[in-house]
Amino acid sequence: MTIYTPESSLRHPGRTIAQMFSDLLDSRELAWQLAVRDIRAQYRQTALGLLWAFILPLAHTLTWIFLNGTGIIAVRETHLPYPVYVFTGTMLWAIFMDAINAPLQQTIASKHMLAKINFPREALVVSGIYQTLFNGGIKIVLLLGTLIIVGIYPGWGLLCFPIGVFSLILAGTALGLLITPVGVLYTDVGKSLPLLLQFLMYLTPVVFPMPTSGIAETLFTLNPMTPLILTARDWLTGFPPEHLSFFFVVNGLVMVLLVVVWIVYRAAMPILIERMSA
Amino acid sequence: MSETLVRVENVSKKFCRDLKKSLWYGLKDLGGELLPKRNDKDRELRPEEFWAVNDVSFELKRGECLGLIGRNGAGKTTLLRMLNGLIKPDKGRIEMRGRAGALIALGAGFNPILTGRENIYVNAAILGLSKKETDKKYEEIVDFAELWEFINAPVQSYSSGMQVRLGFAVAAVLIQPEVLLLDEVLAVGDLSFKQKCMHVTEKMLDKSAAIFVSHSMMNIARIASHVMVLSDGRSIYFSKDVLSGINQYFSGIGDARATCFQDTGVEFIDMRIGSPAPSKTELNTSYQIIAFGEPLTIELKMAVAKRYQGLTASIAFYDREMRPAAEVYSGNSNFKIINNRGIIRIEILIHEILFNPGVYSLDLAVWAGHLHLILKYKSVRQIQVVGSNMRVGINQIKARWVQHE
Repeated sequence: MTIYTPESSLRHPGRTIAQMFSDLLDSRELAWQLAVRDIRAQYRQTALGLLWAFILPLAHTLTWIFLNGTGIIAVRETHLPYPVYVFTGTMLWAIFMDAINAPLQQTIASKHMLAKINFPREALVVSGIYQTLFNGGIKIVLLLGTLIIVGIYPGWGLLCFPIGVFSLILAGTALGLLITPVGVLYTDVGKSLPLLLQFLMYLTPVVFPMPTSGIAETLFTLNPMTPLILTARDWLTGFPPEHLSFFFVVNGLVMVLLVVVWIVYRAAMPILIERMSA
Repeated sequence: MSETLVRVENVSKKFCRDLKKSLWYGLKDLGGELLPKRNDKDRELRPEEFWAVNDVSFELKRGECLGLIGRNGAGKTTLLRMLNGLIKPDKGRIEMRGRAGALIALGAGFNPILTGRENIYVNAAILGLSKKETDKKYEEIVDFAELWEFINAPVQSYSSGMQVRLGFAVAAVLIQPEVLLLDEVLAVGDLSFKQKCMHVTEKMLDKSAAIFVSHSMMNIARIASHVMVLSDGRSIYFSKDVLSGINQYFSGIGDARATCFQDTGVEFIDMRIGSPAPSKTELNTSYQIIAFGEPLTIELKMAVAKRYQGLTASIAFYDREMRPAAEVYSGNSNFKIINNRGIIRIEILIHEILFNPGVYSLDLAVWAGHLHLILKYKSVRQIQVVGSNMRVGINQIKARWVQHE
């Protein structure tokens, strides 16, 4: 029997959590179908096709190689050749950005469905993760190809690299879900997101190496994204990861955050749907 | 087969007229949802809010169908969305047994770039079906939608009617709900497809409790077993008597039961219906009862204050599904109404009523000089024809039958 009352779902946390996981299980098939639908539709109407999966980070990489090569901006020596450092950094960052954008994008794009059909809402989030994985996969294939061409061999660390990618995607999904409820109500959130992300990128060792002194060093060290990017890059390029313990601490925090924002997302849905057009 | 499947108790829902405030209340409601306190004062109306659904209650058993009627914005769709679990009620309680299925969002989730085939699978998944289950029903869906040659074309190349057909076909073939929610779905497609939809819907109704929203009184009268009239969120009428509910709805809207024309100087006073009542059956209704094949007399009384030339009057009979069944028009009987500016009494004698058994409502209309309508009165009286002479034609015709050797 289904019962709908005004009561908050958080009054029965046990029941709510059980319902969440059963909905997550029920949403597998739908999430897959939605991901396939969106990926097909995304690439069917393009001439460049899969190129779009990496064209932006590629352009970004070329910009920084140019800036560094011409001496407009002098970047400190990196343990990897600078082009490889930037390329791996921007590609990994692009995967994280995809993951952060996905929940809000998916929810807004599915407005009409949400306003009319009752389906497990988790499917939207999972479908977003699938799509990030697909686009991320293309980027990773390209990355690996380039690394081998320039003579950098990942070694055994590559086996751990998927863990690095997953943590980036989960961290992105958690942050994306966090902003979704407010983001659906107010478009300000979606508009300011690229700005904030750009700022965050310059506080993470994506195009710059870790600073060794000053306030920059403190900010880079405290930034939870730092260990995620550095560890993933180290595994990919065959260096021993330096920030492994911080990496696992951040992952633990991400897991807690993920469950909390998932609960918030579910609780918010009926309130958001009320304000979507039927 | 008669357990209660839907129980709605004092359900209310409020909406906000102002967008900015609505968004702000949304944030506050979200806070209230996450940090629930008892006796929340936000449960009451805040500035710019109103009750979109106000204290509505009803129960439905399997096999019953509730027709929800009311003007635009009366709260019909909001009530349906609460039943579907899309939005939460602000007050009251909704209980539902079994799976709820909706024929509402026809084609929601379609991606225009993808082909009809691809969209069928996506839409099926949204309705909760696996790929395997869909594979089995795929041919049936395409057959139902009658889109054989277009199924591999992108949906954006479909006409809007074709898109709706595909959407309806997916839902109609795949869902088997215990509680069926219908919102204006039978108003789509061409005539033959409409009839097909009606047929499928009627089949589903037997196994489920249904809530049906429509502006087509014909469809309401045809499939609803109960009717609720909503006005400004309130239920102003709820009964098994669907026809009276429809009349109630008509009386609520502007043109009223009696469509009074301003300053036409014609006023309806009374209409009496007489017929030899059937002797054997004592039927317990408020309608005037007429046995099939018996005569019917109508005594009409009205006041005319202006000097109209060539007054004509007609009485039209509508069946339960609001289909016009017959009309008796003074002009066609070469009858002249004499107008002396005062009370006019007319007696109309119909020799034989050969209608199919059922309830009919009578509409009165008066014209001046054939064309100028000066009085219209909907559902003045209702009659019930009894007998066992049900045929395809609503109004049957007596004929002389001769067989030649």
